[in-house]
Amino acid sequence: MIWVDLGITIVKIALVFFVVLTLVAYLTLAERRVSAFIQDRLGPNRVGPFGFLQPLADGVKFIFKEDIIPRDANKYIYIAAPAFSLVTALIALAVVPIGRGFETTIFGLLQEPTFVKLQIADINVGVLYILAIGSLGVYGVVLGGWASNSKYSFLGGLRAAAQMVSYELAMGISILGIIMWTGSMRLEDIIEAQQQYWFVFPQILGFIVFLAAVFAETNRLPFDMPEAEPEIVAGYHTEYSSMKFAMFFMAEYTHMIVMSCLIVALFFGGWYPLPFGGWFGVDIDTHWYLPPIVFVGKVLAFLFFFIWVRFTLPRFRYDQVMSLGWKVLFPLAIVNLLIISIAILVMQHYGVLGF
Amino acid sequence: MLGLSSQLGPKRKAKGKLAPYESGMSATGDTRGKFSIKYYLVGALFILFDVEVVFLFAWAVVFKDLGMLAFIEIIVFLIVIMAGYFYVVKKGALDWE
Repeated sequence: MIWVDLGITIVKIALVFFVVLTLVAYLTLAERRVSAFIQDRLGPNRVGPFGFLQPLADGVKFIFKEDIIPRDANKYIYIAAPAFSLVTALIALAVVPIGRGFETTIFGLLQEPTFVKLQIADINVGVLYILAIGSLGVYGVVLGGWASNSKYSFLGGLRAAAQMVSYELAMGISILGIIMWTGSMRLEDIIEAQQQYWFVFPQILGFIVFLAAVFAETNRLPFDMPEAEPEIVAGYHTEYSSMKFAMFFMAEYTHMIVMSCLIVALFFGGWYPLPFGGWFGVDIDTHWYLPPIVFVGKVLAFLFFFIWVRFTLPRFRYDQVMSLGWKVLFPLAIVNLLIISIAILVMQHYGVLGF
Repeated sequence: MLGLSSQLGPKRKAKGKLAPYESGMSATGDTRGKFSIKYYLVGALFILFDVEVVFLFAWAVVFKDLGMLAFIEIIVFLIVIMAGYFYVVKKGALDWE
């Protein structure tokens, strides 16, 4: 039995890697196409139909470019940094549930059916795990910036460190409202608790703080200080070339996917398609393939939102970014915490919404 | 993945190619020189507040069971945190000039 579980887990890991890395590749294309659409251009449309083979071409090109290690770089840290950044981004996906799961005998291979969860690791501190891994992500960036031994890289790394660290505070506190509401840190419990209503409605303040923090954590515009092109060339990956550069890029997009999953799971009802009323009577234990479709659809919508924001808002100035994080979002998150705790107490007193 | 390009990519040695990028001019000074004290300050403040947030996580999970008692306790706790926070803001530790 343990071998079966192990085998299923390995298959799931392989599947997630494959799907996510493919999605990352197509996100780069999507970003270019969407930005072109927003700016009234055409975008890449020459390689394959609608440019669908563009990511493949880019990948091949990345591999066949010269791999430069600068003269003054700390060689080992320089090589390790992109890998570190990509791995930390990828392992956060382990706890994301995209559906309840299904029973199967694997085409008759097993005597009795086994239950396959649509999640790699079902741990009861899923939210905490994602936050912890998310904060490890800063290491790849900082080490890359430091090891390059170039002034622009160094500045980018420094900025990344201070910025990610600042927004993590607000991010952590803005999630607390949801943990209080459900009394659990398991992502599946949190999603199941949203059957009647999505958490974005009672937690709107928490959601706003969380969204801003997510943009800062993923280094996306309007908070892309670590790689602000007009100011510090390319930030922490100025000195990187070929596949190592690509890995930093993949890490950034993977981070976006993780954060979209988190937003969907925490605030937008996970696999419940409607803001109120859940699945309107469809039995999702028999139709187990429906929840993943809804979940992934919502994640894709949020990824589009990420790209949309990038080409709509201008970049902040660095001191504005820092003061927004510390002086606006942090107190707001605390206020949200207090509001939610008072609300829960009041509802417990009157017995509203099943408290 | 890391090794791919170094094996497959072209290798053309050129003088200056391996130098750190500095907008086309030769590099001046040392990279690891002085930089703003603010970065250290933000790092230290983050550790302080983050440790406090970690306490909040444990509290949040059991909040529904403890009810009023937990609420009063967290108010006391938050007053202590926010006192520190307002002191930091007042001192201007978070202002970037």
